[in-house]
Amino acid sequence: MLFSLVEVTVANNLPAVDVLVVGGGNAALAAALSAREKGASVLVLECAPKDMRAGNSRHTRDLRCMHDAPTKIMSGVYTEDEFFKDILSVTEGKTNEKLARFMIQKSTECTEWMTGYGVRFQHALSGTLQLGRTNAFFLGGGKAMMNAYYDAAKKAGVKILYEAEVVDFEIADGEFRSASVIIEGKPAKVNANTLIAASGGFESNIQWLKEAWGPMADNFLIRGTPYNKGTVLKRLLALGAESISDSKEGHMVAIDGRSPKFDGGIVTRLDCISLGIVVNNKGDRFYDEGEDFWPKRYAIWGRLVAEQPDQVGYCIIDSKAMGKFMPSVFPALEAKDIADLAKLMKLPVDQVTATVKDYNDAVKPGTFNHEILDDCKTVGLKLPKSHWALRIDKAPFYAYPLRPGLTFTYLGLMVNERAQVLMKGGHRSKNIYAAGEIMAGNVLGRGYAAGIGVTIGTVFGRIAGREAAEQTLDGSAQKPTKEEASVHANS
Amino acid sequence: MLTAELLEEGKHLMTVCNACRYCEGYCAVWKSMETRTVFEERDLNYLSNLCHNCSECYYSCQYSPPHLFNINPPKTLAKLRVYSYELYAWPSVFAKAFHRNGLLVSLLTAVILIGSMGAASMVMGGRLFQPIHDGNFYQIIPHTVMSGAFGVVGIFAALALVIGFLRFWHNVGETCSTLFNLRAIIQAAKDLFSLKNLDNDGDGCSLPTEASSEWFRWLHHLTFYGFLACFVATALGTIYYYILGQHGAPGYTSLPVIFGTVGGIGLILGPIGLLALLKRRNKEIDDESQTGMDLSFILLLLLIAITGLLLLVLRQSSAMGTLLIVHLGLVMTLFLTIPYGKFVHGVYRSGALLKWALERQRQPAVKAKL
Repeated sequence: MLFSLVEVTVANNLPAVDVLVVGGGNAALAAALSAREKGASVLVLECAPKDMRAGNSRHTRDLRCMHDAPTKIMSGVYTEDEFFKDILSVTEGKTNEKLARFMIQKSTECTEWMTGYGVRFQHALSGTLQLGRTNAFFLGGGKAMMNAYYDAAKKAGVKILYEAEVVDFEIADGEFRSASVIIEGKPAKVNANTLIAASGGFESNIQWLKEAWGPMADNFLIRGTPYNKGTVLKRLLALGAESISDSKEGHMVAIDGRSPKFDGGIVTRLDCISLGIVVNNKGDRFYDEGEDFWPKRYAIWGRLVAEQPDQVGYCIIDSKAMGKFMPSVFPALEAKDIADLAKLMKLPVDQVTATVKDYNDAVKPGTFNHEILDDCKTVGLKLPKSHWALRIDKAPFYAYPLRPGLTFTYLGLMVNERAQVLMKGGHRSKNIYAAGEIMAGNVLGRGYAAGIGVTIGTVFGRIAGREAAEQTLDGSAQKPTKEEASVHANS
Repeated sequence: MLTAELLEEGKHLMTVCNACRYCEGYCAVWKSMETRTVFEERDLNYLSNLCHNCSECYYSCQYSPPHLFNINPPKTLAKLRVYSYELYAWPSVFAKAFHRNGLLVSLLTAVILIGSMGAASMVMGGRLFQPIHDGNFYQIIPHTVMSGAFGVVGIFAALALVIGFLRFWHNVGETCSTLFNLRAIIQAAKDLFSLKNLDNDGDGCSLPTEASSEWFRWLHHLTFYGFLACFVATALGTIYYYILGQHGAPGYTSLPVIFGTVGGIGLILGPIGLLALLKRRNKEIDDESQTGMDLSFILLLLLIAITGLLLLVLRQSSAMGTLLIVHLGLVMTLFLTIPYGKFVHGVYRSGALLKWALERQRQPAVKAKL
């Protein structure tokens, strides 16, 4: 059944469709395009206005892909085992191995499929990227990718409505019947044979974050879209969907404390922590800044800062470190000595001065090399700095304020490898699928490694779209499958 | 002087872009930006002239309006670029006047020139409206008058362009000794003649609207190579006259006519296409203060080509005299406005591409220093 030729009007009832996709990011469009490939009629409901469409995919840049030989866009090889080892390492085992390996295998198809819809990639090894082996980089970044998808969806006949917020569902016995939507402020109802939930996490719902984290969540900055309120997730969980991961799990990094509350994106990151020291607002250090390579540690610093009083930290470096890290969008605070720098940061001068002095006194001479775990470390401090420890002694001195920057949340919908949503008790929903951040917790129970978010969205978006279309067109998805229960259900 | 406001806008743009770098796969601007940490006026002058205005970055930008950071790279760089034209022009006061009223100045100049030449011709003998059977232009305006007038104006324009180029070159931090680097010149020439930076690795550019296409690049090629062919035709004509002693009208199969005809066709198709693109251009990224300047350049090229080709076809008719006066008046206008109009974008773009070629040569050394 093709989509009705009658133009959709914003009225109480929208024409029924085969596949209803809720969300407007990478996973949603991958699902919509895949369902359309099979011939299903597809309606996409994006709650953001057109200019702000595509959720956190606007801020993405790359996806992680397995490949057994160098490709035009990725160097070297990245095997299934190495990819899975990386997932195990960042999640500390909180992953569904079957789903994760399935995703890794399917990741090999992604770039070619995306290219078919006009997504363009940077050539391998161009620019200053360090992830050229494991990740494929979109030419122009995530918004360029999403522009290509939206363009392709329009050409393919996918119907897209903006400022269309899904607020509730009618679900009976694990079967989706209809969705209640507010379209440009007016309520409406959509009937569809199948539902694909691809509406992201709940990181911009401060109230929900406070329920999980307590009042400190007021001090979190949200790096991505202000439209990920988690309304769809909350409703589906309330209507009997099984959950995965935990409401406190997610990807949180330490970003510049001066960033906007929402949507600051990539330019707010600070990559200088391993080059200096970090103090809280009492003027004390609180974690080993040189524990491991920055790409392996950046994901823990959001939580570390969140645990400090008022959820703030300050990274202090000297002139030797300037120019050795990616610039931030905000200028560093600058002073001729540490006492003046402490005043600029509005921190207790004596304590900051003492902390820097203790640290400097403990630094042992070594050969600085940021590319390896070098031998520059402190000796005798209760809280050591294990690598890249250089004395902070060359004026002028610089500081950057830090705050926790929440990127994704992992509490989500449990799915099987056909992207079907599982209901409480482990049975499959009849016609509900999920893709993207809303089910990312199945693969990433915690932690993060660059580019996995888009891989999850693309792989499960494609599967969800295909499965939903097949189900609605020939009922094949009704065939029983085995071994679909999640490992998380038992762990 | 660059206004403080525009300087701030440029610095803000580069600070956000250099912290993001998602566009590094597009053109040379972003690759060159990444080698810098501070953005002074001279850096902005260089980067804005390196920008080919393809606008891909605007549509890909997660920080373009309505985002709080309010980034508009093509528009900001266009504003900086036109400021730099004024800065480098010799004498710069002409550039300022032209930037504000480009179309008016060009039209006025053309009318005055055509009028006065027509009047002069009438006064001096009046063969203007009579057919010249061998189609020899010099029966209307003697060769010495034509070559003398255009020689003087041409030398003045060339001098102004050279001075402008040297001002640019020193302003962006280069010296005369870095100018003559053959490897860099070859690299820059490749970038220039292929318009590699309008290609974005095969994607084309977002002109006039968001959908990427190669149209702008091809239309620019038609215009640019058309101009070049006409230039060659003129040079060949001069050689034919002085060296080969061929003082009559060149035949249809002679090299000057072939080059002129091919170039003229390019200069008709290219500018018409460019005018159509300009009209459909997304206003959000357009610096409207430059429309007059852009229009006058494109229109002049178009009118020169049309009158030139008509002249070729109708050279034995009674319309020849009038056409010749109009054609020469328009060419003279182009020559006079060249140092102050849109033409200079090619001069500074070439300079910027040469600097970018030099930077790529220097990069290994830069990296080793870090």
